[in-house]
Amino acid sequence: MSFHLIKPNTKIDFIGLRYYAFAISALMIIIGGISLVMKGGPRYGIDFAGGVILQTKFEADTKIETLKQALEGTDLPGLVVQQLGKEKDNEFLIRSSVGDNITSAAVQKTVSDAIEKSTPGAKYSYKRIEIVGPKVGEDLRGKALEALYYAILLIAIYISGRFEHRWMAAGIMAAGLFAGITALQYLNAPQVWLVLGALILTLILCFMLKLNYALGAIIALIHDVLTTVGIFSILNKEFDLTIIAALLTLIGYSLNDTIIVYDRIRETRRRDPDHHLPTIINRSVNQTLSRTVLTSGLAFLSVLSLYLFGGQVIHDFALAMLIGIIVGTYSSIYVAAPIIVSLTPESDHTPPPPPVKAAKSRGGVKPLEV
Amino acid sequence: MYRNLRWRLLLTLAVILVALVFLLPSAPGIKSTTLGKILPDSAINLGLDLKGGIHLTLGVDVDKAIENNMGTFGQDIKASAREENIPVLKPNVLPGPRLEAVLVGADKQDAFEKLLAKSFSSLKIDSKETQAEGRVRYVLSMTPDYKKYLSKLTLDQAVKTIRNRIDQFGVSEPDIRRQEGNRIQVQLPGLTDPDRAIAIIGKTAHLEFKIVDDSVDPASIKAGIVGPGREITTMVTRGAKGATSETPIVLMKEAVMTGEYITDARATIESNNNQFSVSMNFNARGAKVFERVTEENIKKRLAIVLDGKCYSAPVIQDKIPGGRAQITGSFTQDEARDLAIVLRAGALPAPVSVLEQRTVGPTLGQESIDSGMMATLIAAAAIIVFMAVYYGVAGLFANIVLILNIVLTMAGLAAFGATLTLPGIAGIILTIAMAVDANVLIYERIREELRLGLKPADAVHKGYDLATLAIVDSNTTNVLVAIILYQFGTGPIRGFAVTMVLGILMSMFTAIFVSRIMFDLYISKRPADAAVSI
Repeated sequence: MSFHLIKPNTKIDFIGLRYYAFAISALMIIIGGISLVMKGGPRYGIDFAGGVILQTKFEADTKIETLKQALEGTDLPGLVVQQLGKEKDNEFLIRSSVGDNITSAAVQKTVSDAIEKSTPGAKYSYKRIEIVGPKVGEDLRGKALEALYYAILLIAIYISGRFEHRWMAAGIMAAGLFAGITALQYLNAPQVWLVLGALILTLILCFMLKLNYALGAIIALIHDVLTTVGIFSILNKEFDLTIIAALLTLIGYSLNDTIIVYDRIRETRRRDPDHHLPTIINRSVNQTLSRTVLTSGLAFLSVLSLYLFGGQVIHDFALAMLIGIIVGTYSSIYVAAPIIVSLTPESDHTPPPPPVKAAKSRGGVKPLEV
Repeated sequence: MYRNLRWRLLLTLAVILVALVFLLPSAPGIKSTTLGKILPDSAINLGLDLKGGIHLTLGVDVDKAIENNMGTFGQDIKASAREENIPVLKPNVLPGPRLEAVLVGADKQDAFEKLLAKSFSSLKIDSKETQAEGRVRYVLSMTPDYKKYLSKLTLDQAVKTIRNRIDQFGVSEPDIRRQEGNRIQVQLPGLTDPDRAIAIIGKTAHLEFKIVDDSVDPASIKAGIVGPGREITTMVTRGAKGATSETPIVLMKEAVMTGEYITDARATIESNNNQFSVSMNFNARGAKVFERVTEENIKKRLAIVLDGKCYSAPVIQDKIPGGRAQITGSFTQDEARDLAIVLRAGALPAPVSVLEQRTVGPTLGQESIDSGMMATLIAAAAIIVFMAVYYGVAGLFANIVLILNIVLTMAGLAAFGATLTLPGIAGIILTIAMAVDANVLIYERIREELRLGLKPADAVHKGYDLATLAIVDSNTTNVLVAIILYQFGTGPIRGFAVTMVLGILMSMFTAIFVSRIMFDLYISKRPADAAVSI
């Protein structure tokens, strides 16, 4: 009658596998972290580091080595030459890290002179020229961090309210966070610490207020972002504004999966409240597995099309999304849901039977309120 | 159960109709027809990354404007004090900026302070100390309110001047706006030469006329020794082959006239040597000043100084009435034209610097459009084929609403006059995936309910009801994230955020509401226990 990618009624024990999953996740994050540390932090694109990009297209066949040699003699600092697209496109990206108050004219002239000197009469054009001053780069970096932080905060509040019906606790968390950040701002902490501080504060507050779903979702999100950033660092890719947009989008996307699973846990819990929590979670993840795999597959397919056919400008964005979709799907299944079991104390795994029913059957006597 | 079906169908058709009304003006060739005149004006704008153009972020040096203003205050104080017979030595601008003024005669303190309070209320006395020979040294600074007012004024004036210059240069649909941190963002669609744009926008165009002092010998100039009230400036001359050379020239420090009186400026070609120059007209007051200045300085050289560089220094043969002057700097045609524009549009109140500059050539823009369309089509085709194979008839429904979703998203972009950027196209591709996600959720749920033994009709209803909450919940977070992106992102990223939000909202309508109509129609025509293709 119809196709099934995932056989109905799977019974995979995700909860039993959770320690392996946590180990794999930790390993991925650590490897990414090592790469980041060894390369001295993420490789910033000109959006964040400031600098110049010239996208150059030659009419005649040109080898990247020739162009590199031609430009080596110039005094452009931090020069990087990259081939764009296929070799026959003869298109190159020339990047330099020159800073404040440099006119594009000066950089263009340096590059043009060098090309003219090595291959006289070469015909080429600049398809894209970008210059970002260090001041703007710094501002954009701050804004990007701020955006990541606000995304995580709003999500924490939303999930706490929506899944645990604890808008009050969510409100307390928001207030506590706001107070903490204001205090940090008074101490004139640099922005990176501000955002990190806020993040840690969010985690602690979630933990103390026992907002387990929010905590699980946030841990999954941080996991996704860290893993993607780590893989990007291993692949030696640059971070620019579009990558931040991709990171935020994948936060939203991964959360989408997580919420579908949480939603099912909530439903199953309501239906059979007597069941053991690990059983409920296992069943919920299995029930939604086919949907999760299908939609992630379709999303992967469409982003793959963007990666393959969308052109150079959007290439890295698509790559970040591709990685993010895989990591996000994995984390929804193996991190976000199982972590709730780990966060809930063993004694709460089976909730005590509601006493109200028993009291009523005894005939109108109100139970003692303790 | 299917009672509202007709109304739901009508509502859907109405929505589609409205969408088409908003979408049509964006189609090529519609605008000029009679149909185009009835349709709404707003259409989808293409961002600079697709259309090609220049994006600039300019930093306005407000501090410099404040410093200049302080200097003017100094001159005004001296002049006003002299009128009231209060001797004040020439005031000096200190860093900060603060103003140092030395009063000669300690007995005049009261009179001087009264004058300051009356005529210079935007200044306050920071400190005063009595010096030798009955002198009193005052240090003045601006009140914070006035400083704030001056910053705002400077920025407003800078925006106005830049807009003026761009309008005269002739760029269609430029976008100029103030940003926080004393910045101005300028977007110039269709332009491809950033250096020329910067030359026009970024030139302060501070024009001064100064008298040349030819008495200083070259050796002293080289050593930098010039008399008081004089300064060494660069003189720019252009050789026959167009190469420029710079030589030092000694000028009197005080300008005899500035460019504030210019009413018009044009590029003109000189008949004798086919070189371009810029001729200016002054207003009545300027004409009078110019006549007096030329009369007082006959046989001396008058230097025309633009932004600190001297371009020509002709000898004044006779007094010049009529309020006309000419800058002959042996310019190229473009240079002369651009200079005329900036002189006409007026000087910037403060120097500006280019902090960020992004230029996308028209070929790259077109390539981005082509590859973006290609990626969208392939993604949509892959999903459509998959859904049809995997879910059968239900897959077809999903595909119809998927196409409807794209149409509605584009219509939404047009209705809000939003800008479509390359990341925006990526956003559309992602929404395609998210739109089918809603349908996949519903269908998987229906399959599940069918497996539990529900009748097909009941399974469909239960599937839609149960999945709806999950869809709304999960999409809410996506909308939250997109809103944050919009708040913090720059141009292209904002385009992405806008398409995401629109796409998600539209997908909730299409996937939950519209696809259910089709399902209800499909089921209502069949016996309750007939199998459904899903």
